[in-house]
Amino acid sequence: MTSTYAVLSEGLEKRFGEVHALRGLDLAIAEGTVCGLLGPNGAGKTTAVRVLTTLLRPDAGSARIAGHDLVREPDAVRRAIGVTGQFASVDGDLTGRENLRLFAKLRRAPKAHARADDLLDRFELTEAAGRLASTYSGGMRRRLDLAASLITRPAVLFLDEPTTGLDPASRNQIWQAVRDLAADGTTVLLTTQYLEEADQLADDIALLDEGRVAHSGSPATLKALIGSYAEVVVAHADAMPQAAVVLDQLTGGEPHFDHERHAVGSVTTDPTLTLPRLVRELDAAGVPLLDASLRPPSLDDVFLRLTDSPTDRKDLVA
Amino acid sequence: MSALAYDTTAMLGRQLQRVRHNPGLLILTQTMPITMLLFFGYVFGSALAMPGAEYRSFLVPGLLVATAANGIMTGMFEAARDSHRGVMDRFRTLPMSRAAVPLGQAASDLVLTTAGMVPLLLVGLAVGWRIEGTAAEAVAAVALLMLFRFAMTWIGILLGLASQSEEAAGQLGGATFILPLLSNAYIPTDNLPGWLRTAAEWNPISAVTTAVRDLFGNAPVPEGAAWPVAHPVAGSLAWCAVLIAVFLPLAVRRYATGGR
Ligand SMILES: Nc1ncnc2c1ncn2[C@@H]1O[C@H](COP(=O)(O)OP(=O)(O)O)[C@@H](O)[C@H]1O
Ligand SMILES: [Mg+2]
Repeated sequence: MTSTYAVLSEGLEKRFGEVHALRGLDLAIAEGTVCGLLGPNGAGKTTAVRVLTTLLRPDAGSARIAGHDLVREPDAVRRAIGVTGQFASVDGDLTGRENLRLFAKLRRAPKAHARADDLLDRFELTEAAGRLASTYSGGMRRRLDLAASLITRPAVLFLDEPTTGLDPASRNQIWQAVRDLAADGTTVLLTTQYLEEADQLADDIALLDEGRVAHSGSPATLKALIGSYAEVVVAHADAMPQAAVVLDQLTGGEPHFDHERHAVGSVTTDPTLTLPRLVRELDAAGVPLLDASLRPPSLDDVFLRLTDSPTDRKDLVA
Repeated sequence: MSALAYDTTAMLGRQLQRVRHNPGLLILTQTMPITMLLFFGYVFGSALAMPGAEYRSFLVPGLLVATAANGIMTGMFEAARDSHRGVMDRFRTLPMSRAAVPLGQAASDLVLTTAGMVPLLLVGLAVGWRIEGTAAEAVAAVALLMLFRFAMTWIGILLGLASQSEEAAGQLGGATFILPLLSNAYIPTDNLPGWLRTAAEWNPISAVTTAVRDLFGNAPVPEGAAWPVAHPVAGSLAWCAVLIAVFLPLAVRRYATGGR
């Protein structure tokens, strides 16, 4: 059974002095799947990746990566993984080509130089290959980093916030690379702060909250669980309470007020609530509507709903 | 080739590439002693009891050793630069020999600084310094300088890995210029007050400087000095052995655990 999981962790704990960054992290990632570890800043995503990639020693708990024990066989784990950390982990004092050739040698890749050139080509870095990596743009450095993680095909690839801070074009390139790898059968664990990214790439999402998995499941079940966010913009502030009353009747969710934009919103899990119905009901109630939308909730909403209120958590996670 | 030797060679290549892209520190640390030779040799030399030419012969070995002692500073800069940048994380997630990163750094440093001795020796020859011993002794002097540089580099690597930031390493590293001032590298220690003389003679730089002067035949071993200076070759080898035995394993360990 265990051999079908590329990553299997139980009760991983990590403290930094007073800060309890991981409080019993349980993960089970099936071979050949993409797992999105979704969480806000400070949730413990980077700590989880650093523990699972042998950079940090866990204080408690155990994990097997590609069948190897994390603590007892770190070198076997290192042979099986590729890692792209949250911050650049290439040598800025070397050129892009020199970086990849060095890592290829250290990985004992056959034909190290040819392999480096292949990867430069694949990640559209050939033109910049002779420049120092410290002169690269954020997107180029990310691509070089990813290329460095793929010198020999890893059984498990770890990506820590691979697209944070990137422009849409670079983001799409990284997404495409992840999709290609997944199609090739590589297991991927990627962390992200964006629900959309997890939704786009992941077969399974684990919601990380304060160092433990608060919820996990497929994007579809997660979305069904958290519903959508209905938001209406009204013509003037006086109409906001009225809009809130109608929204409350339709969604039953707690209303959020944005006084600057004259906007009222709330989360709904009612699948029969559609945009036309929302507009009709508000119009019938005489609300001066300027704009209305029904979209996936923000990560904040997700967390509010899935982790903050104890009753909700029991209902939803059970 | 063993995994360690292979990885160390790869890391040695990396260090040499880095210096090729950014030779500033190397050039500075190798041209500084030439400037000092000309300044000290002609400015101080005229104020000392020793005749100028004799002082310059005395000074060349001192500057060679002081330059070797800069290994602390260079080792700190390089190790701190690595450990406070992300590339160290990549090395630590590779299935490579743990000791290869610091070993590669120390090895490339040795290659570069051995080559870097040549200009200083040439300027030394131009200002009157000569090899006055046998060829075998001269080779031994160069070998001793290399061994001392290697030992100093490991102190630097450990301090650099343990440093809080690149800036902190830079400041502490810069402060190591006083170490040769508290030795017989630039001036004889005979006339120093008792306690200061004892401190200077127990400075490893003094033992190595005395040994190098002795091996090049530039100055006799001073009488009545502390043991490492009175027996300079044995004293130097003992100092290097102790420093390497202490700092190399500590630095390798520090690298492998990365303070995790
Ligand atoms: N080296 C460290 N020393 C002290 N605290 C740390 C360290 N690394 C992370 N933390 C703390 O652990 C918690 C989780 O951090 P992190 O794993 O970086 O979260 P994320 O990647 O999800 O933003 C945060 O409170 C952070 O401040
Ligand atoms: Mg992070």
